[in-house]
Amino acid sequence: MKPFTKLMGRVLPLDKANVDTDQIIPKQFLKSIRRTGFGDNLFDAWRYLDEGDPAKTPNERRINPDFVLNSPRYQGASILLARENFGCGSSREHAVWALEEYGLRVVLAPSFADIFFSNCFKNGVLPIVLEEGVIDELFRLAAGEGVELMVDLAAQVIRMPTGRTLAFEVDSFRKRCLLEGLDDIGVTLTDADAIREFEQAHRRRAPWLFGQPA
Amino acid sequence: MAGRTLYDKLWDAHLVKQRDDGTALIYIDRHLLHEVTSPQAFEGLRLAGRRPWRVDANIATPDHNVPTVQRSQGLAGITDPIAKIQVETLDDNCREFGILEFAILDPRQGIVHVVGPEQGATLPGMTVVCGDSHTSTHGAFAALAHGIGTSEVEHVLATQCLIQRKARNMRIVADGQLPAGVTAKDLALAIIGRIGTAGGTGYTLEFSGDAVRALSMEGRMTLCNMAIEAGARAGMVAFDEVTLEYVRGRPFAPKGELFEQAALAWRDLVSDADAVFDAEVHIDASALEPQVTWGTSPEMVVGVSGVVPELEAAQSKGQRQGWESAMRYMGLEPGMRITDIGVDRVFIGSCTNSRIEDLRAAADVVRGRKVADSVLQAMVVPGSGPVKQQAEAEGLHEVFLAAGFEWRDPGCSMCLAMNADRLGAGEHCASTSNRNFEGRQGHGGRTHLVSPQMAAAAAVAGHFTDVRALIAAGAGGAA
Repeated sequence: MKPFTKLMGRVLPLDKANVDTDQIIPKQFLKSIRRTGFGDNLFDAWRYLDEGDPAKTPNERRINPDFVLNSPRYQGASILLARENFGCGSSREHAVWALEEYGLRVVLAPSFADIFFSNCFKNGVLPIVLEEGVIDELFRLAAGEGVELMVDLAAQVIRMPTGRTLAFEVDSFRKRCLLEGLDDIGVTLTDADAIREFEQAHRRRAPWLFGQPA
Repeated sequence: MAGRTLYDKLWDAHLVKQRDDGTALIYIDRHLLHEVTSPQAFEGLRLAGRRPWRVDANIATPDHNVPTVQRSQGLAGITDPIAKIQVETLDDNCREFGILEFAILDPRQGIVHVVGPEQGATLPGMTVVCGDSHTSTHGAFAALAHGIGTSEVEHVLATQCLIQRKARNMRIVADGQLPAGVTAKDLALAIIGRIGTAGGTGYTLEFSGDAVRALSMEGRMTLCNMAIEAGARAGMVAFDEVTLEYVRGRPFAPKGELFEQAALAWRDLVSDADAVFDAEVHIDASALEPQVTWGTSPEMVVGVSGVVPELEAAQSKGQRQGWESAMRYMGLEPGMRITDIGVDRVFIGSCTNSRIEDLRAAADVVRGRKVADSVLQAMVVPGSGPVKQQAEAEGLHEVFLAAGFEWRDPGCSMCLAMNADRLGAGEHCASTSNRNFEGRQGHGGRTHLVSPQMAAAAAVAGHFTDVRALIAAGAGGAA
């Protein structure tokens, strides 16, 4: 996994609550058997005026000029600013792959859906929960002059252009995986003996869980 | 010490290791796979030179991309070449790693969340995961079941474990009994309407109360299926005789002496009387009427006698914006009566409502009636091969066909429109599925979530209508 340590980037404000993963990456793009190739279809139904089709390249599409992602002032943004319950709905990790490939490595929101939140950490994307009031303030800044933030994972702070800092919480295991770009399967397998031991005892306790059809 | 909740018990029974950093290693008993979220996980295994930890814990079936017509053609019937590759890739991966697959022509193929319970591959007391958010369905069996992302699919394949943090406990108590014509689906929608689509975030839900105890396993699966739409990864219902009788005799279920031994252990799969929940919600089931969603989130729901809300009723600026945006997308005005919303297509199916009981209930409404002329298409997509077979043995397909419904082959179909079954832009659909998100059933499509009975009633009337009037009129009677 690509490590995440520090990032200085522009904020892209997406002022909408309950953004579901069907919006982040619509189903017609889930047929791929690869982990890449989703960035051009991030927020597809909002970003383009015509219906998305995996066979079409972005050049063949009609851009929706009213969607914030297409606004010239937010090009190159790497921090997505969102509203509550971001990433709800389907468990599709493709949603995170699309965000990451587009270049968005941080998502700021007052709350996230659980599965999306956990998928982010597996792909070098840092989701950060901030208080509603702080999120409101960032929306005002991003929609006005625009704003660039410095996100420092090791220190768990976000630095505003004014020098003000915002502290944030992050699970210590997930933090370590992100900072070091760790393969968490490798980490789990260091406990292979404990898993094997548990499995044997579990099988003795509840042999029916290990059954196969007659 | 306070007693433990059902979730506490399931967690404790699968705890391999509690780590110092607050995470826990949880053992997974059953892993279900389908074609959409697994290819990258298998590829990851290959790249790292890893093998599945316990092959026989895994069962796969293609469901999202399979066509629901001309199934006898098998893979050749998949017209979309990219979708076909995905289904073939599942076949190849299962072959390579030795995983049991109910492939496209297998009579047991179906929607993964219908197939697991039906085969007895989902058992009480299990941990069940799948790369699909509706895995919460399996919690109906007093199991800990939830959806995972593709990286976690790979993690479970490689280690038989997940790295987890324990969620909080929420009990949802449905008091009283659901009135006739009001179903588990209506209860699920009413709960989501009450607590919101983020109300269960960070919690595991336990559904309890008299109305839940009275539900069949099919109904409990419908209820737990929708836990994720309330934001909870997992929902569950305590074990009882209904659970036991459903499981008995299923292909993967224990037999004979082992079954008796299991049944004894399963009796403990209930929350202790003195268990403490972090949150508790009561809902009066006896006061519910059939529910219909009007917006683009499952929480935007009202009873069938209700109206699209007035914007003034919104409780925050954010909610008002959400409602405005949803009404624009849905082509609806505040104050419009639900029964004045016309229906262009009807979809009866999905992991929420495609089981035999759902089809029987819909058929009872349809019997002796016709799909309204204004309805472009009404389709029934059984959840699995065995469901289809059972329905045909009972003659349900004839009821549907005679009324003008299409009778399809099993798969996810128009719930998410990955295959050819989808809505046109602007079309309204009465759907028994679980998500009314923008574009979910087709670009520009407008989904209204309802029970199978309500979908059947909408098909007959051409607009939403209270199914209880049709039921009262008897087969073929005018409402």
